[in-house]
Amino acid sequence: MVLVRKLGAVSLLGIRRIGRMGLFLAKALVYASTPPMKFSQVIRQLHFIGLQSTLVIFLTGAFTGMVLGLQGYYTLNRFGSAALLGPMVALSLIRELGPVLSALMVTGRAGSAMTAEIGIMRISEQIDAIELMGLNPIRYLIVPRLLAGLIALPLATAIFDVVGIFGGYLVGGKLLGIGKGTYFGEMANYVDMKDILGGIYKSLSFGVLISWICSYKGYYAGFGAEGVSKATTQAVVLSSVLILFWDYIMTSAIF
Amino acid sequence: MIKVEDLHKSFDGLEVLRGTSFEVAKGEILALIGGSGHGKSVILKHVTGLIKPDRGHVYIDGKEIFRLRGDDLEQLRSRFGFLFQGGALFSSLTVFDNVAFPLREKTKWSEHEIKERVLAVLDHVGLGGAEDKYPAQISGGMIKRTALARSLVRNPEIMLFDEPTTGLDPVMAHTILDLIKSIHKNLGFTGIIVSHELTRVFQIVQKVAMLHEGRILTVESPEGILSSRDPVVHQFVTGSIEGPI
Repeated sequence: MVLVRKLGAVSLLGIRRIGRMGLFLAKALVYASTPPMKFSQVIRQLHFIGLQSTLVIFLTGAFTGMVLGLQGYYTLNRFGSAALLGPMVALSLIRELGPVLSALMVTGRAGSAMTAEIGIMRISEQIDAIELMGLNPIRYLIVPRLLAGLIALPLATAIFDVVGIFGGYLVGGKLLGIGKGTYFGEMANYVDMKDILGGIYKSLSFGVLISWICSYKGYYAGFGAEGVSKATTQAVVLSSVLILFWDYIMTSAIF
Repeated sequence: MIKVEDLHKSFDGLEVLRGTSFEVAKGEILALIGGSGHGKSVILKHVTGLIKPDRGHVYIDGKEIFRLRGDDLEQLRSRFGFLFQGGALFSSLTVFDNVAFPLREKTKWSEHEIKERVLAVLDHVGLGGAEDKYPAQISGGMIKRTALARSLVRNPEIMLFDEPTTGLDPVMAHTILDLIKSIHKNLGFTGIIVSHELTRVFQIVQKVAMLHEGRILTVESPEGILSSRDPVVHQFVTGSIEGPI
């Protein structure tokens, strides 16, 4: 009986938390679609989430493409299909690895900082101060991050894909001898608009997801430094798991 | 003007407020005193509607704050000034921008008008020349004065001070309390001040409310509190180790 009661309490708590997260997102989306809009804050967040993540996206994209080129070449060569290396690298990146790895990188670099920043604002009563000035903290703090995530993630993914494809060519073409025409020419034959759009849809949804989870965790951070550190860890773990979970759902729905 | 009625509030099963009630008349400053962790800051946050009670009411000019939503709540809050314990300054903004923030966000003033007003308020709190510094570059006393300037910049009708002198040296504490006194003389705001600096605070308030075990034990004039025969009040104001607290 005690076990059932505990199970019930845990379930109720879980449902309550999911409900609160859902309401938080719903409020942010409503405020994002109604004026006034804090454009200067959106630009500031775009700089932070997007521009400042470019280097890490560039490096991860390059190495992912290079590894795909290497692994893909040896696998395809066994079946005598090394000429299809270009499409294999491109499709892997555009459909799957580009959106997912970009989102994971942005979560680690910008999402964690987002949670910490909002969490510190919460524990140092800055959010209360904003509210007492008659401003809506969700409109002021969360909406710009949500919009910046929505804009930055597809762009980061596009950079990741392009750099990755060239990384694959660097290994497949320059090191392993596949011709430039074969690598890029075959790509045009196999990559459809549907693949590209699928990748964009994924990255758009990941952009919302990262900003949502990371802002939410900071906004409701517990007390003191420990509360912020706990919120930051939870934000990164939850965002990463949800990115992979949502990726599966999107893949099965789109492709 | 401010009426707190039968407030009850628990956090994780811990009952902090157990039927707190008091009133503050227009133009009056009330000192809220009581032991640390007894819920004085929690009461201030209830008065502004930042925390909702489990039970009870807070009326500002007869309007219950917990019933207000959207624009009505924003409008009411724009009449408040709140000096937070830690200042709650925005760390990414300079002293000037922190004080200008409410004017930029909530008024249609030109940048020239904002500059004039901010510099005047900063000068008034003795921070002339520090406007380009960031919160991390200034002392605790300057942080408190910047926060005071920010809370005053829109001439609030109601001022709430959460331990305005905590962590400051005696001279700076005196300066801050003197500032509050002179600003009250000029603006005539209604206020609640939470502080442990009893002697100095008693010189600027008209009434004192003693919070004990989640309830207001007594509301009296500062003189009445100092001469109170209630054992709890007496022990608190004299700082004696022996007693019921």
